[in-house]
Amino acid sequence: MAVSDDPEFKLGSTLPGDRKDFAVSIRGLVNRFGTQVVHDGLDLDIKRGEVLGIVGGSGTGKSVLLRTILGLNIAAEGDIMLLGEKQRDLDEHEWRRVQARCGVLYQSGALFSSLTVAENIEAPMREHSDLDDDLMDQLAALKIQLVGLPLSAGDKYPSQLSGGMKKRAGLARALSLDPEIIFLDEPTAGLDPVGAADFDQLILSLQRSLGVTVVMVTHDLDSLVAICDRIAVLLDKKIRVGTMAELMRDPHPWMQEYFHGPRARAAGMGKTGDSRQEANGHPATTDHPPR
Amino acid sequence: MAMAESWVSSARQGAKTVWSLQGEWTVHHAEKINRELSAKIAAGERGGDVVFNMAGISSLDSAGAWLVLRSANTLRTSGAEVSLRDLDPRMNDLMQRVIEAAPSGKPPVPPPRTLLDWIAQIGEAVYEIWDQLLDLLAFFGAFCQVFLRVIANPRRLRINSIVSHIEQTGLNAMPIVGLISFLVGVVLAYQGADQLARFGAQIFTVNMVGISVLREMGILLTSIVVAGRSGSAFTAQIGTMKVNEEVDAMETMGLTPMEVLVLPRVIALVIALPLLTFFADVLGLLGGGVMCVLLVDMSFKQYLTLLNQAITLSQFWVGMIKAPVFALLISLIGCFEGMRVSGSAESVGKLTTRSVVEGIFLVIVFDAFFSILFSLLGV
Repeated sequence: MAVSDDPEFKLGSTLPGDRKDFAVSIRGLVNRFGTQVVHDGLDLDIKRGEVLGIVGGSGTGKSVLLRTILGLNIAAEGDIMLLGEKQRDLDEHEWRRVQARCGVLYQSGALFSSLTVAENIEAPMREHSDLDDDLMDQLAALKIQLVGLPLSAGDKYPSQLSGGMKKRAGLARALSLDPEIIFLDEPTAGLDPVGAADFDQLILSLQRSLGVTVVMVTHDLDSLVAICDRIAVLLDKKIRVGTMAELMRDPHPWMQEYFHGPRARAAGMGKTGDSRQEANGHPATTDHPPR
Repeated sequence: MAMAESWVSSARQGAKTVWSLQGEWTVHHAEKINRELSAKIAAGERGGDVVFNMAGISSLDSAGAWLVLRSANTLRTSGAEVSLRDLDPRMNDLMQRVIEAAPSGKPPVPPPRTLLDWIAQIGEAVYEIWDQLLDLLAFFGAFCQVFLRVIANPRRLRINSIVSHIEQTGLNAMPIVGLISFLVGVVLAYQGADQLARFGAQIFTVNMVGISVLREMGILLTSIVVAGRSGSAFTAQIGTMKVNEEVDAMETMGLTPMEVLVLPRVIALVIALPLLTFFADVLGLLGGGVMCVLLVDMSFKQYLTLLNQAITLSQFWVGMIKAPVFALLISLIGCFEGMRVSGSAESVGKLTTRSVVEGIFLVIVFDAFFSILFSLLGV
């Protein structure tokens, strides 16, 4: 994969189309902590039904971006649209309803330690739906099986689970209300390579069958290659989005190092970078050419 | 079938019954769909085989798919042939996925608890207490060993750490300990004056305040406050270090946690608690004095003179001698529970609570021992 000859080559992060149709649409986001500016005029559009990976060096604000989209962190400036709803226009109650349409898998699972796995999965249902207990139990059992846990895991407490099982249980809870979009914060961190690959495949197959939009912060190059349709790179307080193939052509030094470094080669980038797009039915060429 | 609130409608077609499913089969409507399906199944609206016509489903999620599947299974178990038909191909993947993952049977239900389980649980708890007592004794033994080793080579004593812990457990505790003692002195004098006035013996209020503050109240209150304040802090500090694997790191560097973490804390508290007790005694007597002056109509100088006659030096020492022992108990329990923390942050909280409860409990038990001992000795 050759580096672009064009010195002006730069990837955009917005897409054409009505912003209401996107799962997430951000314009002019500014986040600062004290004097430190983390994001400065960041734009981002995430299509419905895609798998977007967010990468970036330490301290570039990946988690802050995720927290901002979810409304856990209030941005200094900018306009955030989640599932077609503008965060600024909603009161707290309406915003909670939008949040209920999202699922989040936190880095270490963030399961409620005083509840069993099944109760954890039922917690969002109790809050946001009128299901009766029997049906809730059945749906919780279904979710447990969907993420590949044994049914007996439902009665266990989070402290009795291994790291990989916690992630699966966390994913089951994120899927509890069949969300339209799920956010994953480093889903494969702390898993062994086999477990990580399994988890990648699980996310991919759930994404395909449930048709959910997936946004994942990750450092796992294997995950990026294996399951992401597009990759968003946080760089210089802004974001660049493209397919693996496009990003590899970006001449920015950090991009070169990230996508052409020894670890990237080990992950088989360049050879299989396009296969996911083909497998997923998208052409490798995209509908958002570089600006 | 334009009824807004209907997801299922059935019609007979020859030998079969066709159930037409329509609308949004999602988790938000799942409860209503569930009720409608249950009613239909209960009403026996079927004859022979059933066909689910799913062409009308506009959106489907895993909850909806589960409801379809579950009703199909229910009908099948009652002997009908059920076929699913005309599902939007975009929803096929989801349906397949749910069919694969469908929970087979109920999760195993733990057997109900019997009386025997309950008795066994008591037995286990007793064993646990016994084991813990042995562990604590072993911990004390290990502590003594390290203590003697360090005493033989005093340069290994961590003076900085000891001083810092004296500040945290002693100096910083002075305001609260002082305030509590003062107030207890006030309360004792007030209650005493009130009761003794009935016998015209108000003057003995001074004796009562003096003896109870010096022998019991000063040391006991100080110990309880310190157990809550510093015993818990020891457990939390050491426990957090255990969770962060700092204790393991220490050991691999050849440092003994007992020497680095436990010894300075124990020594610091053994020094700080007697000093705090002395301070508490003084403020307790002061509080009693203030109340006597206000209630019993005596000058402060008179109070001091009477106090001097009422108490002997041995009363003071009876209280004071307990301080280092209680300090040892509180700090050893605090450190012991801290070292027992394993893995999660949750266990830090649990063991911190336990450390305070055990610390206070042991202080009071030992106080009782001391009382018996002193009465036998006739002090």
